[in-house]
Amino acid sequence: MTRVYVSKDMAAVALGADAVVEALSNAGAHVVRTGSRGLFRLEPLVEVETPGGRVGFGPVAAADAALVLDGSHPARLGDVSAMPFFARQQRFTFARCGVIDPLSLDAYEAHGGWRGLTAARALPQQAAIDAVKASGLRGRGGAGFPTGIKWQTVHDAPGPLKYVVCNADEGDSGTFADRMLMEGDPFCLIEGMAIAGHAVGAERGYIYIRSEYPFAIRTMREAIARAAPIVAPFVLEVRVGAGAYVCGEETALLDSIEGKRGEVRAKPPLPAIAGLFGRPTVINNVLSLAAVPFILSEGGEAYAAIGFGRSRGTMPVQLAGNVRNGGLFEVGFGITLGELVMDIGGGTDSGRPVKAVQVGGPLGAYFPPSMFDLPFDYEAFAAAGGLIGHAGITVFDDTVDMAHMARFAMEFCAHESCGKCTPCRIGSTRGVELIDRLVAGERRAADAVERLPQMRNADGGARPAGQEIELLRDLCDTMKFGSLCALGGFTPYPVLSALDHFPQDFGADAPTSSAAAE
Amino acid sequence: MSATRNDRSIAGDATHANDYAATVARLVEDIGGEQDALLPMLHALRDEFGYIDDLMVPAIASALNISRADVHGVVTFYHDFRREPPGRHRVRLCRAESCQARGAAAIERLMTDRLGLRMGETSADGRVTFDAVYCLGLCATGPNAMIDDIPVSRIDPATLDRLLGELTR
Repeated sequence: MTRVYVSKDMAAVALGADAVVEALSNAGAHVVRTGSRGLFRLEPLVEVETPGGRVGFGPVAAADAALVLDGSHPARLGDVSAMPFFARQQRFTFARCGVIDPLSLDAYEAHGGWRGLTAARALPQQAAIDAVKASGLRGRGGAGFPTGIKWQTVHDAPGPLKYVVCNADEGDSGTFADRMLMEGDPFCLIEGMAIAGHAVGAERGYIYIRSEYPFAIRTMREAIARAAPIVAPFVLEVRVGAGAYVCGEETALLDSIEGKRGEVRAKPPLPAIAGLFGRPTVINNVLSLAAVPFILSEGGEAYAAIGFGRSRGTMPVQLAGNVRNGGLFEVGFGITLGELVMDIGGGTDSGRPVKAVQVGGPLGAYFPPSMFDLPFDYEAFAAAGGLIGHAGITVFDDTVDMAHMARFAMEFCAHESCGKCTPCRIGSTRGVELIDRLVAGERRAADAVERLPQMRNADGGARPAGQEIELLRDLCDTMKFGSLCALGGFTPYPVLSALDHFPQDFGADAPTSSAAAE
Repeated sequence: MSATRNDRSIAGDATHANDYAATVARLVEDIGGEQDALLPMLHALRDEFGYIDDLMVPAIASALNISRADVHGVVTFYHDFRREPPGRHRVRLCRAESCQARGAAAIERLMTDRLGLRMGETSADGRVTFDAVYCLGLCATGPNAMIDDIPVSRIDPATLDRLLGELTR
């Protein structure tokens, strides 16, 4: 019986993988379901096991099952891992994803699984933390805080009860690496969390997964049940979000697990000192924790050997939106934005010119192609007025209206604001109104209060576009520095970058650069 | 909300409340009676009844030893917990940036047109609820939607007609 491999990743299923599997089974093939390799243009991808290795075909329609099994399907790809998109990657974290049955403990072990945990348990706690420090690993959720230092803080915090929490509330549009890993290699995340538990002295962990990821929730729960004897006494539990974007903010996430509204907490105290249920808590993103098994099994130095500046190791970059080769591309830091979008991503899917890319989700800046020489690095992006965030890159072609995207950023912030702080809760709504007025070219007349005789300093007349833009910049400034968390604090990134790089979309009166407004 | 409440008799409300209390009591056995059981409990109630009826709130509050205001605050905070019965089918279309970059706005207009519903509304015959979702993590193959529990990618006008045609029940 021919053995074939087909992804059961949510993206593959959304493109019809289940029907393909049914057709292959009916044709007599033995189907093994895997995670996704990560190049979605090829899904549903079928890999047929042959004496010379796996031979890929993709995309495959259900009607084509027989052609795949007799090897005559025209979309023959040969060895998928030798394709340039995969051969150029450095898959430290995603080595197994798309290759193995995600829920097979045997396959996980045969592909190097649990070696990191075994190595960590043979070490004193401090040595395990030192390995993570030596790797230079920084928080992959977006903030880029050194993971080893966070673990050290939790380790050093007094108290018998500590927690490890995995932030799998991957709400940023343009990101799907957490989902792919949880669906494609869940034991890797479990292993990383067990290592964190050993290193800081925690015996209980939570994985908070957003409800929009039903496949990941199912796979993680099953994987936790199967791996329980291996990671014991460490105990893991999945908690499911409920459609609140702000719960991806770590303190809102903790409140959500505690059964409260997902409102952001003021810091300090840091979660590392007083986190979940007031106890010292390691809270890390999926990708940070999933990088840890490699670091412990191969050594922190091996991880730190690649990278750029203070950004060490690899980043699973996600190419999304209007891009030809959309998918997951894990590579060392330092690759340029242009290489990612044009060489690897292949430009837009629509074939039109790229107008802008948004890096880092709804709170990330929009960059024009003239900035494509920017190296992928935490510091370089910060210096350019943006952030790499969770490393999602959303590509837009020249049909996009950047004023509309700036308005959408404000609208999204208003929709998702937890309401705790004023700049975010009210500023976002005022931002929508301001951009609407700008785009419509309406002059806002003085309101009733401004017309009062006491309001001597109000000019009483309609504001011209230049003043409206100045006001928008001022509002963004207030949100950026006055908000409690990144939702209100980073919404100015997409708004201001759209305004700075694409002023023509905001009406004729818009200044051509930020300098003109200042 | 008021329409549903007015349709019910007081005796009917009492029956519902008793059903809910029994379900909540059973759930406490499974997921515990501390405050951190609140979200898992709301998910379980929603899975069973389709929504969070205001009549559930007192039973939940008493089972978890928190105030009704606490429960109400949580129910109204999270987009997933609707307070009115949903349609028999649920169409959730992604509105986030990556889907917009692939033409989701046009699909949204078409869906609004075909369903005769704006996002957040349920059809008068109770057949379908049309909701927005902000990202399903299928960002390279949009526009994306969840039709009930089934993810669908690369929605174009032709697939849209086929998908909506299947929701006739």
